[in-house]
Parts: sequence; structure tokens; C-alpha cells
Amino acid sequence: MQVPAQVEYERAASVEHALTLLARYGPEARVLAGGHSLIPMMKLRLAQPETLVDINGLSELSYLRVADGELHIGALSRHAELLSSAPAGEHFAILHDAEKVIADPVVRNWGTIGGSLCQADPSEDLSAAFAALKAIMVIRSQGGTRTVPAREFHTAPYETVVAPGELLIEIRIPIRPGGGSAYEKVGRRVGDWPVGAAGAALWLDGDTITDAGIGLTAVGARNFAAAEAEDFLRGAAASEENFTRAGQIAAEHCRPVSDQRGPEAYKRHLAAELTVRALRRAAVRVRHEDA
Amino acid sequence: MQITVTVNDAAFTREIEPRLLLIHFLRDDLGLTGSHWGCDTSNCGACVVWLDETPVKSCTVLAAMADGHRVRTVEGMGMPGRLDPVQEGFARCHGLQCGFCTPGMMLTARWLLDHNPDPAPGEIREALSGQVCRCTGYENIVRAVQWAARHEAAARDGGPGGGGPGETGHGPTATEVTG
Repeated sequence: MQVPAQVEYERAASVEHALTLLARYGPEARVLAGGHSLIPMMKLRLAQPETLVDINGLSELSYLRVADGELHIGALSRHAELLSSAPAGEHFAILHDAEKVIADPVVRNWGTIGGSLCQADPSEDLSAAFAALKAIMVIRSQGGTRTVPAREFHTAPYETVVAPGELLIEIRIPIRPGGGSAYEKVGRRVGDWPVGAAGAALWLDGDTITDAGIGLTAVGARNFAAAEAEDFLRGAAASEENFTRAGQIAAEHCRPVSDQRGPEAYKRHLAAELTVRALRRAAVRVRHEDA
Repeated sequence: MQITVTVNDAAFTREIEPRLLLIHFLRDDLGLTGSHWGCDTSNCGACVVWLDETPVKSCTVLAAMADGHRVRTVEGMGMPGRLDPVQEGFARCHGLQCGFCTPGMMLTARWLLDHNPDPAPGEIREALSGQVCRCTGYENIVRAVQWAARHEAAARDGGPGGGGPGETGHGPTATEVTG
């Protein structure tokens, strides 16, 4: 039987109240959102916070909307809400691709977007998706609000820039014309973490790639991204040949490790192949050829 | 800490430790043992209950998080002689063997039919994909949900409902299962 160790519980009544509680309890406090990562970690004593600050009542952090030319995702939005969001799917198909293969429908009902990002699992699907989209994280504390690019959000496995007393409140993704995106994942079984996965976002002017974003997860990619492959693609033609080369570059620059999900060489193969597939499907979507 | 949770339309107030999981609150504090405690890792889905309007895995939710909220368990679905159509479908179509996964399966199936009254078999499988039947009785579980969908559609149309193609015909009746 797995039960968490003794812990104190505080329920936040507003964002301000949550920030007050987080400031009061400092580094020994953990934010409790969906809890689908934190509670299993507490059962295993991998996390042993003194106080939980439950933010599930903060409906003001639960929204998906387009504003100021950006998609704004409240950090407390559930996976199921992102998956069913029409504006998210319309502008960033990669998010629906990824959500369809994250955990299972019942877990998606309760797990949150912000919680997944702050858990900072090195195999997190959304971390790769938001890296590909070059999203912006909005973090609040009693001292004010700051923004951090998605690619600077994660500092190490299970670590982020969110400091004690701070709360991730929103993810913003700029909406730019001429874009398309896709996510490709290989897992051992439905609902599992990826063996490897890649997300791609492309912006085209005719057949020329004006900008590219490639996210990788579970394969040891720096900042969940394949920056060298993006550099190669920028200004190049959106061709099968260039996508293949970008996949090779992405695979060369990641650092997968062998574990129970697969050997290093296979994960590197997936990094290349899934990057190509994601780029291919993203390009089809830019051209509205359906995918 | 003291919490008050409305379970199957009845309010329960209890003194609990904040670390108590919702599944143990339901089973040990309230004696509602219909919800099953399975893998303890939010994989198997035996512990699924509704928290307000949503199925959740109650081995990964603290009882404290349910304070002031509503919980629905299998005990709130129906009773002998007045079964939920999903329960009746599971009985008629042999949707259960050992029965361990059944409460969670039925609660998620109920939610599915509330949101999608005529699901395709693939949609039923997708909805239940976070739940494991170790008897591997998936075919009949899907048939059971289809039976319930047909039954409810017929009831809406004023007909007798249920039965028809897809029912296995060789499964036990509700009486055989419960009696």
C-alpha cells in the first residue's frame, strides 16, 4: 500500500492567496494541481513536501482563449480541455496531436497543463510541443509577473525556473500566419510515456521555410528542442530531402540514454524518423492539404 | 482536518489526515467498498469515481481535494430492480468476469454515454483505454456499453429498448449474475 507521508494542506482561494501561501511556506511547499505526478511522487517519497497548496479552486487559471494575437492557456486547464479546445486545434494542431497520446482519457480529465510543465519530466510530451511552438511561460509571485521562453523554462530533469513563492499561471503562444504543426510519438503502449517523440512547427512563404520549430522529448535534447536542425531549415525549401537532413541533424545533437523503454540507438533513430514525420505533416497542414 | 464530501447525494463530514487518498476515504471511512483499490499508480482505473461531473482515478486524488465537492461511486449508479442501463448492459452482455474492474468501467461508460449517446466501438475503447480488465473481457465490455446506448436511445424514442444485434446472447442474465 502506497500512501504519502504526513503533509499539511492549504486550499488557495485566489491567485493572490496562493502566492501568499507559497511565500509563507517557501521551498518546503508544493503546488497541488491535478496531482497526477506529485501524488505518485509523494507515495514513493521522491517528493516529501511539508505543505501542499491546492490551487484546484482557482477557476481564474482555467481557460483557453485567443487574445492579442496569441493563444493563452491558463495553467490550471486540464489536458481534456486543451484536447477539446477549438482555437487550440485550429491554430496549433500539434497540441491536439500531443494531447491525444498523453496518458489516458480519465487521467487527462484531471491532470493539468501547468502541472505537467512544472513536473518537468524529461519525457513530457507538452514540453516538446511548447518548445516547438516557442511558447512563453508567465510566472507570478507576490513581487510581480515575469515571462520566460519555453526553452529556458526547464533547467534540469524535474527542475524549472519557477522559484519558491512563484506560480506558473499561463502559457502564451504567438499566432503567426502561414504556420502548421504536428506531433509524432512512439510509445510501448497506449497511455505510456514516449520512447521518443518529436513535434514540429513550420512557417512557409510559398515553398520556402521562413521559420521552423522542432521539439524533442525523451531523447535528451537540450531544452526539449533541436535548434541546429531548425537553423538548417530556416530559409531552405520545404522538401522531403531537407526534412530528412533535418531529422539527421536532430538525431546527431540529442543525447538519449538506454533504459527499459529502449536502447540509445533506437531512440536516436526515433529522433530522426519522428522529426521527419512531424515536419512532413506540419508542411501538409500549412498547405491545407489535410493531415 | 475536517472535510465534508457529498457522496451519492448524501453529505458526509469526517476528520481526516490531509494525506488520505480519496479511494481510502470512500472505502475505509465511509464503508463504500464498491470502488476498488487496484494498482495504486493511476494506471488500472479500478478506483474511478466521479468528482463533480468528471471521472477521476481516486487513488491519485486526496480526500481533502474533494472537500466541498460531490463524488459519485458505483453505489450511486442504481440498485437491484432499478439498475442504470450501463449496469444492466454489463449484466446482460457478460461485461464482467471477476468484477474487479467493473465499477470503474461502468462509471466511465456512464460519463461517455452522457456526452456521446451513440458512440462507435472505437470511441468506447478510447474512452475506456485508461482502464484495465485483467480478465481481458474487453469485447463484452464494449458490447455492454453498446447495449446501454441502444437501450437509452430506444427509451428516448419511447420503445422497449435494449437487445438486438450485438448482444452476445450467450451471456448470463442480470438475475444469474446477481443471484
